[in-house]
Amino acid sequence: MNPVQAVGRSTLGLLRTAGSVAIFAGRGVGASLSTPWFAGQLARQVVAIGYLSLPVVGLTAVFTGAALALNIYTGGGRFNAEQIMPQIVALGITRELGPVLAALMLAGRVSAAIAAEIGAMRATEQIDALNTLSTDPFRYLVAPRLIAAVLTLPLLTAVADTIGVAGGFLVATQTLGFSGPLYVQNTWNFLTSWDIESGLIKSAVFGFIVALMGAYHGYNASGGARGVGRATTHAVVSAAILVFAADYILTSLFTAK
Amino acid sequence: MSDTKTPMLELRGVRKAFGDKVVLDGVDIPVARGRSLVIIGGSGQGKSVTIKIAIGLMAPDAGQVFVDGQDTALIRSAADRARHNARFGMLFQGAALFDSLTIWENVAFRLTNADKVPRKEARERAVEALARVGLPASVANLYPIELSGGMQKRAGLARAVVAQPEIIFFDEPTTGLDPINADVINNLIVEQVKRLGCTAVSITHDMASARKIGDEIAMLYNGKIVWRGPAADIDHSGNAYVDQFVHGRADGPIKIEV
Repeated sequence: MNPVQAVGRSTLGLLRTAGSVAIFAGRGVGASLSTPWFAGQLARQVVAIGYLSLPVVGLTAVFTGAALALNIYTGGGRFNAEQIMPQIVALGITRELGPVLAALMLAGRVSAAIAAEIGAMRATEQIDALNTLSTDPFRYLVAPRLIAAVLTLPLLTAVADTIGVAGGFLVATQTLGFSGPLYVQNTWNFLTSWDIESGLIKSAVFGFIVALMGAYHGYNASGGARGVGRATTHAVVSAAILVFAADYILTSLFTAK
Repeated sequence: MSDTKTPMLELRGVRKAFGDKVVLDGVDIPVARGRSLVIIGGSGQGKSVTIKIAIGLMAPDAGQVFVDGQDTALIRSAADRARHNARFGMLFQGAALFDSLTIWENVAFRLTNADKVPRKEARERAVEALARVGLPASVANLYPIELSGGMQKRAGLARAVVAQPEIIFFDEPTTGLDPINADVINNLIVEQVKRLGCTAVSITHDMASARKIGDEIAMLYNGKIVWRGPAADIDHSGNAYVDQFVHGRADGPIKIEV
């Protein structure tokens, strides 16, 4: 195959995959926005995706907030601007690191779990069984996961924002000699509601991406156990890449206003 | 359309290929109301594809599927599709029970989710269905992973029959079971099909199972039905393909690709 053919084949493959994902997403959104809903499934997914991700998101946020504080303090010191560290930490966490890190943690924990579970259901004919039992797999499997991720990732991000800023606060007050009340006051006065809202809007989009990639790759898994493993890897990698791409696009849109 | 002459299920001129490999090549399979047809054939001969096309899990490349005289390709709305699916029951090869649900929730899945039967009543009906396949009420609250393969098959059978379908499909019902458990499943299948008076289509390569559960047997080879006749005639079919398959001989017209 000559190089032009190879590029053409790859491009066609990419377009086919993009189309397939778009159709899958359309069916998933359609099932999410119309009845019947499976409330039990939704509740189960809210717990699995949201509640059970709290420890990993919280730990990531506290360490990131603390490290960010140290880095900004050191960097700011190069031009005598150490004192703006609380503001930069708060801005960095709420607008960028909170939503992105929470989404990446979910990509690793949740996207993989969704792909593995749905992929195993595909391999063991449980998805075929759903169809024969007059139950649409998109309503029963995909929609609850999409809704749960879109609802819970902003909540997790709000927690990550709080804990991340607290991590910066701890380092600043315990090791860098900042005054606690002043740190809080500087942070509070500096942040606008849009700093927080833009991060939460981003995280809702990221939640959709994470759940969609897990469900898409799991639903289309083939080839038994190896296929399920492949689907899980693809879900995590594609979710992470799409989160970064969406982050750039959304940040561009938000900063252009 | 429900006259007795119209086949309850009919595949007409069904063709299906995967890439260059033609799996079904213009297959015609009518199944009369209340009859039990067993399709036999070697691995990779399209038995599972046939059953998936019949039940609507896979679309044929060409040909039609009729259920009670109605062309299933003309079913458009989700509600009509759900009503159509409600006429079917299916026992999957590996039982395909949902891991995250208890046995009774599995058995009652159609009742609670599609038919909106209250959970208490659905549970009672599930336990009754479990009893009919020889499973005690004590398994109702267990999860599939806690049951043996034979018990999972029984639970799968209970799920297939609980909503009293008109057509039941059995996909390799005895695969993976020891001969005694296989015979138990065969007996249960015969008993349940008779009790419901439904039409049954099974695929298997287990001849003991085929003889026991089929009124008729059809053999699928190279994408075509090469023989079909009463189950009692299977041992003197006069068909070289059937003879080779039934007797499990390596020599004969059926060539195995190595």
